[in-house]
Amino acid sequence: MQPLEFLQIALYFGLLIAITPLLGGFMATVFCGQKTWLTPVLKPLEGLIYKLSGVNDYEEMSWKEYAFALLTFNALGFLAVFVLMLAQGALPLNPQSTGGTSGYLAFNTAVSFMTNTNWQAYSGEAALSYLTQMLGLGVQNFVSAATGIAVMIALTRGIARKHAASIGNFWVDLTRTTLYILLPLSLLLAILLVSQGVVQSFGSYVSATTLEGRSQVIPLGPAASQIAIKQLGTNGGGFFGVNSAHPFENPTPFSNFLQVLAILLIPSALTYTYGKMVGSVRQGWTIFAAMLAVLLVVLAVSLWSETSYNTVLQTSVQMEGKEQRFGVANSVLWGMTTTVASNGSVNAMHDSFSPLAGGMAMLNMMLGEVIFGGVGAGMYGMLMFIIITVFIAGLMVGRTPEYLGKKIEAFEVQMAMITILAPSTVILIGTMIAVLIPQGLSSLNNQGAHGFSEILYAFTSAAGNNGSAFAGLTVDTPFYNIAIGIGMLVGRFGVILPTLAIAGSLVGKKYTPPSLGTFPTDKPLFAVLLIAVILIVGALTFFPALSLGPIVEHLLMNAGKTF
Amino acid sequence: MSTQVKSLFDPAITRRAAWESITKLDPRVQVKNPVMFLVAVGAVLSTFTFFRDLASGAFSTFNLQITLWLWFTVLFANFAEAIAEGRGKAQADSLRKTRTGTMARRLTNYPSSTEHRVIATELKRGDVVICESGDVIPGDGEVIKGIASVNESAITGESAPVIREAGGDRSAVTGGTQVISDQIFVRITAEQGDSFLDRMIALVEGAKRQKTPNEIALSIVLAALSIVFLLAVVTLKGFAAYSETASGLTTSLLSVPVLVALLVCLIPTTIGGLLSAIGISGMDRLIQRNVLATSGRAVEAAGDVDVLLLDKTGTITLGNRMASAFIPAGGIDPKRLAEAAQLSSLADETPEGRSIVVLAKENFGIRGHDDSEHNAALHQATFIPFTAQTRMSGVDVGGRSIRKGAADMIEKYVDSYSAAFPPDTKRAVEDIAKTGGTPLVVAEVVANKATVLGVIQLKDVVKGGIKERFAELRKAGIRTVMITGDNPLTAAAIAAEAGVDDYIAEATPETKLKRIRDEQAAGHLVAMVGDGTNDAPALAQADVGVAMNSGTQAAREAGNMVDLDSNPTKLLDVVHIGKQLLMTRGALTTFSIANDVAKYFAIIPAIFATLYMTNGEGALSALNVMQLATPESAILSAIIFNALIIVALIPLALRGVAYQPLPASTLLWRNFLIYGVGGVAIPFVGIKLIDILVVALHLV
Repeated sequence: MQPLEFLQIALYFGLLIAITPLLGGFMATVFCGQKTWLTPVLKPLEGLIYKLSGVNDYEEMSWKEYAFALLTFNALGFLAVFVLMLAQGALPLNPQSTGGTSGYLAFNTAVSFMTNTNWQAYSGEAALSYLTQMLGLGVQNFVSAATGIAVMIALTRGIARKHAASIGNFWVDLTRTTLYILLPLSLLLAILLVSQGVVQSFGSYVSATTLEGRSQVIPLGPAASQIAIKQLGTNGGGFFGVNSAHPFENPTPFSNFLQVLAILLIPSALTYTYGKMVGSVRQGWTIFAAMLAVLLVVLAVSLWSETSYNTVLQTSVQMEGKEQRFGVANSVLWGMTTTVASNGSVNAMHDSFSPLAGGMAMLNMMLGEVIFGGVGAGMYGMLMFIIITVFIAGLMVGRTPEYLGKKIEAFEVQMAMITILAPSTVILIGTMIAVLIPQGLSSLNNQGAHGFSEILYAFTSAAGNNGSAFAGLTVDTPFYNIAIGIGMLVGRFGVILPTLAIAGSLVGKKYTPPSLGTFPTDKPLFAVLLIAVILIVGALTFFPALSLGPIVEHLLMNAGKTF
Repeated sequence: MSTQVKSLFDPAITRRAAWESITKLDPRVQVKNPVMFLVAVGAVLSTFTFFRDLASGAFSTFNLQITLWLWFTVLFANFAEAIAEGRGKAQADSLRKTRTGTMARRLTNYPSSTEHRVIATELKRGDVVICESGDVIPGDGEVIKGIASVNESAITGESAPVIREAGGDRSAVTGGTQVISDQIFVRITAEQGDSFLDRMIALVEGAKRQKTPNEIALSIVLAALSIVFLLAVVTLKGFAAYSETASGLTTSLLSVPVLVALLVCLIPTTIGGLLSAIGISGMDRLIQRNVLATSGRAVEAAGDVDVLLLDKTGTITLGNRMASAFIPAGGIDPKRLAEAAQLSSLADETPEGRSIVVLAKENFGIRGHDDSEHNAALHQATFIPFTAQTRMSGVDVGGRSIRKGAADMIEKYVDSYSAAFPPDTKRAVEDIAKTGGTPLVVAEVVANKATVLGVIQLKDVVKGGIKERFAELRKAGIRTVMITGDNPLTAAAIAAEAGVDDYIAEATPETKLKRIRDEQAAGHLVAMVGDGTNDAPALAQADVGVAMNSGTQAAREAGNMVDLDSNPTKLLDVVHIGKQLLMTRGALTTFSIANDVAKYFAIIPAIFATLYMTNGEGALSALNVMQLATPESAILSAIIFNALIIVALIPLALRGVAYQPLPASTLLWRNFLIYGVGGVAIPFVGIKLIDILVVALHLV
């Protein structure tokens, strides 16, 4: 690796750490309903939205009401995208006259964008009209991100409030997240991206004659606006099929830097927001530190694997599947950030990563998407691991476990275990079915251990609501559309519902003040324990699967065999 | 309970436990423990496979050994539970012996009193029995008439007899104890089978043991982990099928016994197998310290306690206050004060009164009983006992009225004779109170002329070593609150001397109850010790209420533990045991899960030894970091290690992990290093050693 590449990575994390308290503090202000510098502009608009939709913004909800509102809203979002995709041929803003998609693909895509996964079994420029992209996917990019953040805020209230009954109002959380956080940030990022040459156009595709005299169609579209939110909202669904490897989606090293920063921006700031809302920013920083430590380790392993001498290719600069304008370091940095955060956008093909780097990307998702993770989702997922950690650590010091003064009892433990079990079940059972039936195997473009990795990656990506693809697998088939669709649903709501149930249970508990007998959750020791629990649970669950995929592939590659 | 601490593996108990580990194979027993049930199901499957192969003429010693070790795993877990139960039963039996064959003298239609001899077990609640010297008290009850000395050594192990009398705070008697003098009438308060002893016996035996809240939560974690590993193992069969095809293999690498072996190695069998033993032995340890708990939940709550309410008397200070100085009022001869004080205390049989007599003798050589003139006078003396209303006591003798008591009451008393209360005495009273002493003012009235003679200083003597004990508790995050009837000044001084964190002065039953409620409202868990009937509401309100065995029946019913030794400092032991109980579970869970890392490195390369062959060995053989000899020896070593570790940890489960009152973060570090990091490292060594042995013995 070049010194300049190290410098870029250092700059990246330095900037991330610097922005975290600024953005995090701002978000905490928004969620506590306090005045911010945006309030004068946006408050009237916010009021108007409540008035039009008949929402009483002072009304608080129990966890069940909150969950019901969330599910209803998401179901409507699903329906909107589903219908748009089927009917887009007859709708306006369709300069290429793209026809309606199959029902399987519409189901898969609607689930995918509703669940903040943005798994794409289609190629945007070939399958979707501008209207579907903007009104369907664009809107879901915002509200699915806002849904994740809302759940995290609700859980935070459950922890922070003492002996209360309600965890906030879903409609208010949804509106404020979108209005005060996602929209302004997206606007800013979109303008910056346009300045770098990202397209933003309603024009039809351009035909050009290449130097070889062949004709080439160059797709256009309202890309910049969508790319901004796909990065910020950990959505990841590219406007174009090859995502941020496309020169119109990510033209320059600077646009690349902005986009890769945008991936972790909100997830990392939310750790600070959390700390602020529970009354101790140290709590937030401890979680941030645990997340950062894991990311740095997987990044180091991947960079090492990607830059060490490859006996098969006889080179130590492996550029297959990478863009010349980004190089190895920036491609790997993106690959790791996009998989730890459940973003899923790519600027290089993960299928072509060295087996270990590909395995790290998979492991990142298998850990439950809690290392930064999806916006909101990563933080509430992390809090589930915290509950398990606190439980085991609490027993080890001889106290009924408590976290921030709230006793952790059988119910919380049970719900937290469900949030860990649900995605694991999707990954393991989904992969097993796919490798055993012809409908699963016929989609493979590679055989052997690599083929196994491709299928394992697909279900892992679905369960973690990541959405990135290993590629090399044809997924627009009825089997994969349905199986992955179900996987995304379980991976999303199998976590959200138990999480809200915990919020509801914790909010009603009385507060136990800390004593010397309570072990502190804002110290390095706790971060170490938390990492240990995450790694042990993730590694133990998936070690057999990984050993038959990336691990054996890596060992075989060292022995000179590839697939 | 004359309990000797039995050696961990007492031969009789071990023999019985060995047999019970087989009878516990009953599916109805197994199903109560999901983790071990899964192992048993796996063992059955594996056995079935072995015999099916045998029927088709294929005999596999490897499969046979795997199957046997699976069964051993189940048996070892059963054995651990049976050992813990056996130790409990041994204690229960010794308790029970005190009861068999007891005859009761039941009085029908008490108080008209016709006596019938009946067997103790026929007694009903509400029956009245009479017990005289030599009789064994037939059941738990309350003394309703009479006073007797009772030998309670059968349950406390303490040979000195105790006084039990009707009314007051010493009215409760326990079945199985023996009256050694006098006669008492006892109303039976507990139905046979529901007496203290019966409840305790049931608890120790583990028969009525209910899972505690933390145990339930832990069971959920263990069950969920078992499901995760079940998923991982079942899907591995599918993944392997794909990989076998991909690498050109035609036979399946994963037989049922191998899959079951992998599953059993991964699921948390170590903690799963020892979980109930830990719970039972916790109760057992409590009983060894002569504390009986009414539920396991109470013991666990004791570990969470962060506020301790302790009575000053007997816990923090040595029983009673002692006279330490006579401070005469201005112009009064010290000897005159001492003589008056002594005279007024001669009939005062309280420890304070006796200490005044002793001090007068020591300081001034005043001896009451050999002074015949004095004695003659005393014969006509009228002693005025202390009452709560007058808060004075004294004597009227030969035209003198001597009174001693609280300063304000004496002031009123002399005021009624229009005499002034000397300012220097007032100062002395304040000085004494400030330093934690109790001032007793002595006044004399002769011919309607009242004189304040001076002050007797009574001092509390703080127990040696108690301050260090409280400091330890503070380190463990437990706050101590002293309860005392003293005035705030006195209380503050003693509190400072004893090193408690807080105190309640001039405590009444109401203030105690209120304090407990306040602490609980602020989120604290409160433990308290009490003996009197007036303590009952507070004992019931506290999260952990330890009643003294010498206390009233009401107090014993209100608390959730009884200390047979009636030693208030025992509460500290109870807290200790409660914490140990949780820590043992946490430590073994961590250890159990940490073990899985090494087991993966043993089994995964072994089962895929022939997958993706390059250069004569499977690609995954690189993961065989322990260099285990053969795939078979690797799998066998892992499963043997997994079974033996349960046996190896039985002593730890029974004794509990070591607990020292340290801050939580220090404890956490220590246990994380020992059971977490150690739990990762130990099986690497253990499995390797077993592998060497397996190969040396040609087991595979």
